Amino acid sequence: MSKRYSWNEFQKEIADDHYFYARSCIRQNFFPGSEQAFLNIMRNDLGKDVFEDARHTSCTGIGYHSDIVPLETIMTVVARQFALMTEAGYENLTSSCITSFGIYTEILETWKEFPETLEQTRKSLYEATGRTFEIPKNVAHTSDVIFHNREQIAEKAKLKLVNAMTGEPLRVVEHIGCHYAKIFPSKGVGGSEFPYVLAGMIESWGGEVVDYPERRHCCGFGFRNYLVQANRGYSVANSRKKFESMAPYKPDFIVCNCPGCTMFLDKWQYTLAEMEGSTYGQDNRGIPVLSYEEMAGLVLGYDPWELGMQMHQVDVEPLLDKMGVDYEPSSKYLGKKGKFIGAPKSAIVNSSPAEKYYRIKR
Amino acid sequence: MIDFGFGVNVARAVNMDRNNLDTAHDIFNSLPDLQACIACGSCTATCTAGNLTSFNFRKVHTLVRRGEYKEAYSEMSKCMLCGKCRLVCPRGINTRGVVLTIKKKLGDY
Repeated sequence: MSKRYSWNEFQKEIADDHYFYARSCIRQNFFPGSEQAFLNIMRNDLGKDVFEDARHTSCTGIGYHSDIVPLETIMTVVARQFALMTEAGYENLTSSCITSFGIYTEILETWKEFPETLEQTRKSLYEATGRTFEIPKNVAHTSDVIFHNREQIAEKAKLKLVNAMTGEPLRVVEHIGCHYAKIFPSKGVGGSEFPYVLAGMIESWGGEVVDYPERRHCCGFGFRNYLVQANRGYSVANSRKKFESMAPYKPDFIVCNCPGCTMFLDKWQYTLAEMEGSTYGQDNRGIPVLSYEEMAGLVLGYDPWELGMQMHQVDVEPLLDKMGVDYEPSSKYLGKKGKFIGAPKSAIVNSSPAEKYYRIKR
Repeated sequence: MIDFGFGVNVARAVNMDRNNLDTAHDIFNSLPDLQACIACGSCTATCTAGNLTSFNFRKVHTLVRRGEYKEAYSEMSKCMLCGKCRLVCPRGINTRGVVLTIKKKLGDY
């Protein structure tokens, strides 16, 4: 009984429906299909109510963690997001970015501990915009929401995270990101020690979670570490540490929780390959890096190019072939109305037949 | 190879899987009382050589335990064998013996 009780602190309350959606700056630029996939999955597949307001802004988390946005300013910006939520009549906030999620959590805790800062923020927001706000009843990261609905998604699944050729479960590396549960462990599913938010999805959808030594290590994003070019050697060294640790387990793909981690684990593979000639995936290719919405989308039978997977640095085709996804290789770089959107140059980290695929319909 | 304007930093973490600890075990077997060290640092505090240079006896001991012999050996040559550390050691460790043993065992480094 006592053992079971000890797990309570690793559980988290996640609202069931009616969410106010806050988007992520990084994802909209690097993985724009993921956020749309979340909305499609929630609205069309699960029949949930998700509201987003075009007037909501960046949470300014990048500036905050880079020491150029003061705490009082970010509190007021966050209060404005809450005001938009209140005006729309919603009480549950779901954020697409874990840095935003960490900031919302941090600010709510600050207001709880220091009520005078809440009053000051209310005053600043009212003076600046004339808005008032209510504290959200529930703040969840979008991965929490997908995790909450993972069994319903499994019921509707058209594909499993299984190798279609061998029937073996796919080996998946999951990375939850530091701002999800390392700031406030009790606000993440499984805390920072027993990250379960992505592992739960992988297990429900038929995959196998790889528990490798550097599983909880930072990807190296760390804002100040990459904003200054001279510091990026430290950033990339963190990613390399993770890649070297996971490579012996031969993962089929990496799934990430955080926009920054998805970007860095994807793009640093290219950087490391070009700098050192080292690749960490099977057959001397990179390891495909997916967001959890893309993983959910593939499971639900979405078209990979609709999910925006052509935006990835490391080609996803080897994974799609393994899963048995029905896709059209030649339409990878075709946008709306079949217009060619441009293709990247071939890179060491990518699969060799890429040239052949991409030039078919040019 | 592309020059991105930065390199990949080398980790400063000690990789205990890669360091060969055979010589360290040999030193500890030769001087069993070294196992009693509580790393209080009294030896370093009282060290004549450490007063004038960056020599740190406790650090050398740690380096040997981690299998980082090269740095340990070069540091050890700074010791003047005065033996003050032995007088203050709360565990009564033969510190001068430790110095001599480390120099003898790490002669190849």
